[in-house]
Amino acid sequence: MPVPFLAGLTRFTAASIVGIALLAVLVPVSNLLLPAGNPLHIPDHLVALAGKFLCYAMLAVALNLVWGYCGILSLGHGAFFALGGYAMGMYLMRQIGSRGVYGHPVLPDFMVFLNYQELPWFWYGFDQFWFAAIMVLAVPGLLAFIFGWFAFRSRVSGVYLSIITQAMTYALLLAFFRNDMGFGGNNGLTDFKDILGFDVQSRETRAALFALSALFLVAFLLLTAAITQSRFGKLLIATRDAESRTRFLGYRPERVKLFVWTLSAMMAGVAGALYVPQVGIINPGEFAPANSIEIVIWTAVGGRGTIVGPVIGAIVVNGGKSWFTGLFPEFWLFVLGAIFVLTTLFLPRGIVGTAGNALHKFRLRGFTKVKQTTEPSLQPAE
Amino acid sequence: MLLLYFGLLGACLAQEGDVRSIVDQFAQAKKFKQVEVVIDQLGNSADPLAVRPLQSLMEGTLKVRKSDGSVHIVEGKEPTLSLRDPVNGEVLDAAGAAVKDYRKIKIKNSLRRKIKAVLSGLTLGSDSVSVRLNAAQTIFDRPDAGAIVALDQALETEADEQVREAFLDARAAAVLVSKLAAEDKMAAIERIGQRGDRAALSLLLKHAGNADEQLKPAFEAAITDLESNLASWAAAQNVWYGISLGSVLLLAAIGLAITFGVMGVINMAHGEMVMLGAYTTFAIQEFIRSSAPNLFDYSLLFAVPAAFAVSGGVGLVMERGLIRHLYGRPLETLLATWGVSLILQQTVRTIFGPTNREVGNPSWMSGALEIGELAITWNRLWIVVFAIAVFAILYLIINFSSLGLEMRAVTQNRRMAGAMGIKTSWVDAMTFALGSGIAGIAGVALSQIDNVSPNLGQSYIIDSFLVVVFGGVGNLWGTLVGAMSLGVANKFLEPYTGAVLGKILVLVLIILFIQKRPRGLFALKGRAVES
Repeated sequence: MPVPFLAGLTRFTAASIVGIALLAVLVPVSNLLLPAGNPLHIPDHLVALAGKFLCYAMLAVALNLVWGYCGILSLGHGAFFALGGYAMGMYLMRQIGSRGVYGHPVLPDFMVFLNYQELPWFWYGFDQFWFAAIMVLAVPGLLAFIFGWFAFRSRVSGVYLSIITQAMTYALLLAFFRNDMGFGGNNGLTDFKDILGFDVQSRETRAALFALSALFLVAFLLLTAAITQSRFGKLLIATRDAESRTRFLGYRPERVKLFVWTLSAMMAGVAGALYVPQVGIINPGEFAPANSIEIVIWTAVGGRGTIVGPVIGAIVVNGGKSWFTGLFPEFWLFVLGAIFVLTTLFLPRGIVGTAGNALHKFRLRGFTKVKQTTEPSLQPAE
Repeated sequence: MLLLYFGLLGACLAQEGDVRSIVDQFAQAKKFKQVEVVIDQLGNSADPLAVRPLQSLMEGTLKVRKSDGSVHIVEGKEPTLSLRDPVNGEVLDAAGAAVKDYRKIKIKNSLRRKIKAVLSGLTLGSDSVSVRLNAAQTIFDRPDAGAIVALDQALETEADEQVREAFLDARAAAVLVSKLAAEDKMAAIERIGQRGDRAALSLLLKHAGNADEQLKPAFEAAITDLESNLASWAAAQNVWYGISLGSVLLLAAIGLAITFGVMGVINMAHGEMVMLGAYTTFAIQEFIRSSAPNLFDYSLLFAVPAAFAVSGGVGLVMERGLIRHLYGRPLETLLATWGVSLILQQTVRTIFGPTNREVGNPSWMSGALEIGELAITWNRLWIVVFAIAVFAILYLIINFSSLGLEMRAVTQNRRMAGAMGIKTSWVDAMTFALGSGIAGIAGVALSQIDNVSPNLGQSYIIDSFLVVVFGGVGNLWGTLVGAMSLGVANKFLEPYTGAVLGKILVLVLIILFIQKRPRGLFALKGRAVES
């Protein structure tokens, strides 16, 4: 293979990545070009739903990078996702221009409503797409960098880190609910009209956003593959499994962690930025700690520490959620709760991890009754 | 001037039975100004009979018959219309009377205030102490120079010491707005200053602006005194609010101090244990309401053991069925218990419905206690006492009971404890049940001050973890100090930053604090740290 890091991928992983890339082309084509009666036609609402799932999958891939490969259980990844979403939302708000309900040439509707006299300074520049795009990466990245810099340097780890990441997203939740923060308070940002001059509501734009989400997901998967297959990836896994030992060997685990942590936050930001134009709203509810924990369960169900596992987990859990909340809305929380419990008890390596194991055993049995090699532990050895 | 003239005129006219002739003047009073004059006259009559027409005027039922200008109290509409005499309240024959025959005497807000003030002057002579106190307070809040005479009269006969003081305060306020000499006003300012409360301050501030030059220093001195006095009361109030919030945090977190602090189990369903305790209280109260309503005041006493049993039982099942399979895997425990919390929430939502349920305050927890400017509600006070009691009991259990001894032994060295014959898995189960049961007890207390809804636990879980982590894991004293300092810090930040921003700041400060001292305020030292 021409790209060295792809050589280490299993056939399943490679096939999945190619499959997602194909979706980026096939789904828009089917949605836009085939007539509505055609059995292969994908209806608009499914495209929107699938686009949403792809964003969740990106988020899960981002979390997997820190949790699956580096052992940092973040209960605050929803915060990075929402910050990326808000950066995109601010751009979309500015694109409304004077078409808002109040028709103010500069101020978004909610600011007119809250008696703002002029645009707050932190809204400057968001009328430019390039600026918003930079902010989508920079804001979550910067927050993660500062947070991680302090946390990893003082060796806050394990559940303590989980709890303070949760406190972080909770603090942001409270902050964004405030009207005078200048981000629309509890209503958030909505009523978007255009993105880069295209109508957000139109089928073509939606199909394009879907394709873009799929391509970004492929990029993230390749990035995960590249990182984990590299020398740095070995260090990452060493940090996860035996942080002290890695340190004693002369490496600096805190730097390793800080790098993937910041990178992962930026990935989550991108996922949020693609999510917002597809669902048409961003509000402080995205910061809710419960949302962040749900991301963890997507990753756990799919299989943490595997490249495509999180994608499968995000799609399975969210697909189940859509299906269940449609049929028996009151039972969904029971199911979600049971998923949490059963996954941790019986499927600690997730769908992909467990299936991979089973396949591995099956193949070994085919040749000779070899004694099973010990599994690499997912637990830190401290 | 005209007003004063009519006022004096009214005062001269005011004799027994003359109230009716004053009331009849309403027939000619078509403008607000004229109505005001009549109200003044009624006030100056100092006759209790004037109360009824004034109250009726206030309610908008005092009306003038268009045909002959007689004044009646008209209530209701045609079929049920009733007529009453405005002075003695006798029911009159309403046959043939219609609403359209009457003209309502219109009043506006300024007149309403006026009526209130006049009414309070008239009620100074009431038999009830609380009515007299209210009257004095009304005059103090909206002083009127005309009230001085009435107050002086009332003071001559007043025997109750508390009411006398209130009258003197009210008189001082009235003097302040009167045209009396500067010496009298000086004394009045001093008197008002000694009251030391917010009402006094606002009164002085209102009149300081347009006061005479010679009075200015007295005003300033009194205002400065008042402000510093109020500031110290405000600080005391903040400390109290902080202790109150701290005791709520302590209650919410103390069970967690056992399960997380001592056992190291991350129980994300801890908040739901609190919630179950609150719902147990609700269920017990419903049962008592329907079967033994006279026991309602004792409902909380029954609820405490019941909540302990319910939450402790659920905790026991959780530990045996789930958590013991996950010891040594804290992150998995976190996820699994979160799943349990979702299931518990949804179960409660299915059984009791998603809306808030009403949990009543027993009579001994209602009302408030006032110490100077400090208002302490009984339910908050009881919760502080309760939190301290729970803390003390738990402390005794851990340090002086055999379960506590075994608990500490197992957490310090599990294998050694097992070798000494302690059933470690049994101790684990009991410890977890104890922590959960304590959370249930906390739910009983929190049901008194918070909404009992399926989401009750969610709002405490993050705070609880932060309290335990901040105070230092494995240390009950740390939890106590952590809860109290977070509570007080929160309440002291609130006036400057607002409630939400204050909370955010505290969260950020804790996050920073954990960076500095990852093991909390009171970190364990020695071998225990290793585990």
